[in-house]
Amino acid sequence: MLLRVEDIHKQYGKDRVLCGVSFGMMKGETKVIIGPSGTGKSTLLRCINRLTPADQGRVWLEEEEITHTRTNINRIRAQIGFVFQSFNLFAHLTALGNVRIGPMKVKGLNKKDATALAMEELARVGLSDKANAYPAELSGGQQQRVSIARALAMLPKLILFDEPTSALDPELIGEVLEVMISLAKEGMTMLVVTHEMGFARAVADEIIFMENGVIVEQGAPKQMFTNAKHKRTGEFLNKISELYGETG
Amino acid sequence: MINIELLLALIAVGYVFGTLVALLQVYGGKVLGTLARIYEWIFRSIPALVLLFLFYYGPPRFGLDISGFVAAMFALGFRSSAYQSQIFRGAIQSIPSGQMMAARSMGMSRVRAIFTIILPQAFRLSIPGWTNEFSSVIKDTTLAYAVGFNEVLRAARIVYDTHYDLAMTVLISVALIFMVLTLLGNAGMGLVERKFRIPGLQVPGYEKVRQMALGSSGRGRGWR
Repeated sequence: MLLRVEDIHKQYGKDRVLCGVSFGMMKGETKVIIGPSGTGKSTLLRCINRLTPADQGRVWLEEEEITHTRTNINRIRAQIGFVFQSFNLFAHLTALGNVRIGPMKVKGLNKKDATALAMEELARVGLSDKANAYPAELSGGQQQRVSIARALAMLPKLILFDEPTSALDPELIGEVLEVMISLAKEGMTMLVVTHEMGFARAVADEIIFMENGVIVEQGAPKQMFTNAKHKRTGEFLNKISELYGETG
Repeated sequence: MINIELLLALIAVGYVFGTLVALLQVYGGKVLGTLARIYEWIFRSIPALVLLFLFYYGPPRFGLDISGFVAAMFALGFRSSAYQSQIFRGAIQSIPSGQMMAARSMGMSRVRAIFTIILPQAFRLSIPGWTNEFSSVIKDTTLAYAVGFNEVLRAARIVYDTHYDLAMTVLISVALIFMVLTLLGNAGMGLVERKFRIPGLQVPGYEKVRQMALGSSGRGRGWR
């Protein structure tokens, strides 16, 4: 198993955000996490690469326990891409600079190799011609594609997506989903928090439905959409399918 | 001109210590952060002239001979560093937390993230504040007069002590010299600002004002 999450708990003050979440992912799988807002989906992603430390529970990347205090977390994070809702591109670097900086500063590649790699990843997200543009000169959709290229350039074993299209204007969502769909088809392992059911239907191996800090139900998209075991799952899926349509 | 030498020396001292104090205040934790705040408080509250005397007459008491230049460089430099630290601290803190988070998420250590992601942005955001600090400290250099340092005002005094009729002429010349220096300094900083300018990375509000002035709608997301 590539990623194993076991009994994660997280509490902010009196607010219990995660109450024992467990699941696993095989290499090459795409899993989509859905659920009402405030259910702990983003917190769960952050607990996986320890951007937020979990109070309890363990996470493994292959054989290595991420949550172990003696694990060098920087070395782990270099293997796990993270795509943010708000892109968080480095404002003082061009698109190329953003994609290149990880390989150079974290992995120690020289500038020439890092540039070649970065240009490859920019081509993969269709933005070769924007290599020298600064984030402020790019549309939201382009910024998010650069941030995906930035994650890819680290050659990660897994990419975590935290609502990657939620901050985008509707007409820009498609271009980002397209990139994500092609990644999934190329065999990238992806864990995606999203409301885009079109994406889930197209490429998810499994949908995980969370509510109130626990996994209510998980299963293949087909089964979840047509034959959910829990009433809440069905209700929620119907509601967001209405709200977000079936784009992507 | 000797005032310019003193200016450059004290700006350098102020820059190095100011950056250090700002970093300690933001990232230094409780103990170092508090020390940095105490340092800042001391050098911001003591009048420049008092500091200058302390630095000039203090060290000889401990057998340390100190020249007027060195005393002025450190007294005014430390004082400037207290102000510069606040310019820089404000710039660091105006950078969205997502920048640090993104850097950490790709496996950068905190220190590496500070140096490769935060500081280059904070540096650019600090330039307008530094321009202001520059025009302020350049005038402080005349205070070195008080510790027997042969700067321009003292030179002027020597002239008009013997030629009293020239007093106004000499003083107006001194005033003009500083007006020109300030003008040149601001122009220089303006050049630096343009050289390092990056779209979307300005002091908050700058982009909006510029766009309003240009009447364009602009695009992308600037800084808020």
